[in-house]
Amino acid sequence: MGKLNNQQVIQSITAAFGGKISVPTEPYGLLTFETSAENISEVLRFLKEDKVLRFNYLTDITGIHYPEQERSFGVIYHIHSLSNNIRVRIKVFLDGDTPHVPSATTLWEGANWMERETYDFFGIIFDGHPNLARILNVDEMEVFPMRREHPLEDPNRVDKKDYFFGR
Amino acid sequence: MMNQPIFTDNDPQKETFVLNLGPTHPATHGVFQNVLEMDGERIISGVSTIGYIHRAFEKIAEHRPFYQITPLTDRLNYCSSPINNMGWHMTVEKLLGIETPKRVDYLRVIVMELARISDHLICNGILGVDTGAFSGFLYLMQEREHIYEIYEEICGARLTTNIGRIGGFERDFNDIAFEKIKKFLVKFPPILKEFETLFNRNRIFIERTSGVAAVDPETALNYSWSGPILRATGIDYDVRVNEPYSSYQDFDFDIPVGTTGDVYDRFIVRNEEMWQSLRIIEQALEKIKNEPKGIFHADVPEFYLPPKEEVYNSMEALIYHFKIVMGEIDTPKTEVYHAVEGGNGELGFYLVNDGGRSPYRLHFRRPSFINYQMYAPMSAGMLLSDAIINMSSLNVIAGELDA
Repeated sequence: MGKLNNQQVIQSITAAFGGKISVPTEPYGLLTFETSAENISEVLRFLKEDKVLRFNYLTDITGIHYPEQERSFGVIYHIHSLSNNIRVRIKVFLDGDTPHVPSATTLWEGANWMERETYDFFGIIFDGHPNLARILNVDEMEVFPMRREHPLEDPNRVDKKDYFFGR
Repeated sequence: MMNQPIFTDNDPQKETFVLNLGPTHPATHGVFQNVLEMDGERIISGVSTIGYIHRAFEKIAEHRPFYQITPLTDRLNYCSSPINNMGWHMTVEKLLGIETPKRVDYLRVIVMELARISDHLICNGILGVDTGAFSGFLYLMQEREHIYEIYEEICGARLTTNIGRIGGFERDFNDIAFEKIKKFLVKFPPILKEFETLFNRNRIFIERTSGVAAVDPETALNYSWSGPILRATGIDYDVRVNEPYSSYQDFDFDIPVGTTGDVYDRFIVRNEEMWQSLRIIEQALEKIKNEPKGIFHADVPEFYLPPKEEVYNSMEALIYHFKIVMGEIDTPKTEVYHAVEGGNGELGFYLVNDGGRSPYRLHFRRPSFINYQMYAPMSAGMLLSDAIINMSSLNVIAGELDA
């Protein structure tokens, strides 16, 4: 275990992609870089299928929303090379209100529900996903609840008005 | 095994029906719904519906200070809440750069391994019930009760423990707690041995479980499985060894792996993990003897609430108390991923912090959620009764599935 270190991974990916990825950072030792929606499939495939790197384990896919940014939605992939015991975090930031990103289900079956969850909560569309439906929320829901504009509690509820509490 | 549908799609004799397994069915332990297309007793295809107890923990966590998120983690995998609690504390400690003393690490290891034992006890006991052997379950439940009594002595709660604080524990383990742990280490092994005698070489049990729902390692990795069910397929991935946290590197233990990934192998792997957990607890008790007594938290007044007497009597403690409760302490604006080996696999916390009172974004990588997605596809071709024991051996916990 631990045959590779972050520097070697950085060398391999910059040799393969160069300007298509951002300058990698290492918060708490976890190699992190950004790429674009056009390149994400290629980057993931390279990391998974490279003979040395072998990032064959998809740990997690999740989303994030920064309403003040121009590209406000982010998709965050955590992938893991079990044989080298090293992790990488890849971020993709997306435009618009219905952002699109290619699905990773062609590489990992396990991405299926992770992407459905991300769609369910952030409304990020994963192109090429076999069944992009809501998973944890009810099908009738119209909003994507993890977006920052939605407050934690329903502002329209009446049972918490001040006059019920003598205020 | 005949894992093929009896009729092809074009067969004029084909007659299938739809069976709703769940959401509340005595054989599914928790709220799981599977809509199955059945051909007699054989499943042709299935669709899992989940989310029945979704409680929006990730959204709630965006509005809670760090120390108030611990009770949310209790309710993920409620069969081993202490592991979730510790995982969350360690995530925050990693974010803040807090170094915990060795004694705290070892105390945590004891609690986490007890939790792992109680988690595996449930799973293997229930697997026995689902295969028609009730007595094993009764033996084991009594032992889980003893583990819960130890939790009670440490933190006051039993199921949703909210155990520990950021930086350590809220109080030191008392003597009764240590006594109970030692008593457990003496009383439990013979009972586990007896349980194994009942099951491991039992012909009825082997024929019922062997070869059922076998998964090969490539498929398991492709579906991002983790935990005992991944190890049952033969892959020795264990977060405790790959990325040791809480001083697991100081301990000597083995990772049991299976060969075929079927229900029987998962059962054996879990049993063997319980023996390894006992080994770890014994070593931890030995190691604690060499550590200075009475240390149960790191020295981080900015994040660890001071004792109440001090709050009332000393200015400094009052200031820290106020600052912690009001969330007025600067935290680094960065992101951190921390994983622990939960009862079901890699339990990860992805925390994005903007320096505010609560996380900007917190995502739980929940092993049950990720492990369960293969359930419907792998059920195709199985007998209904095999699918039931497959579900119990996956040990999917509804709270962790739905978060």
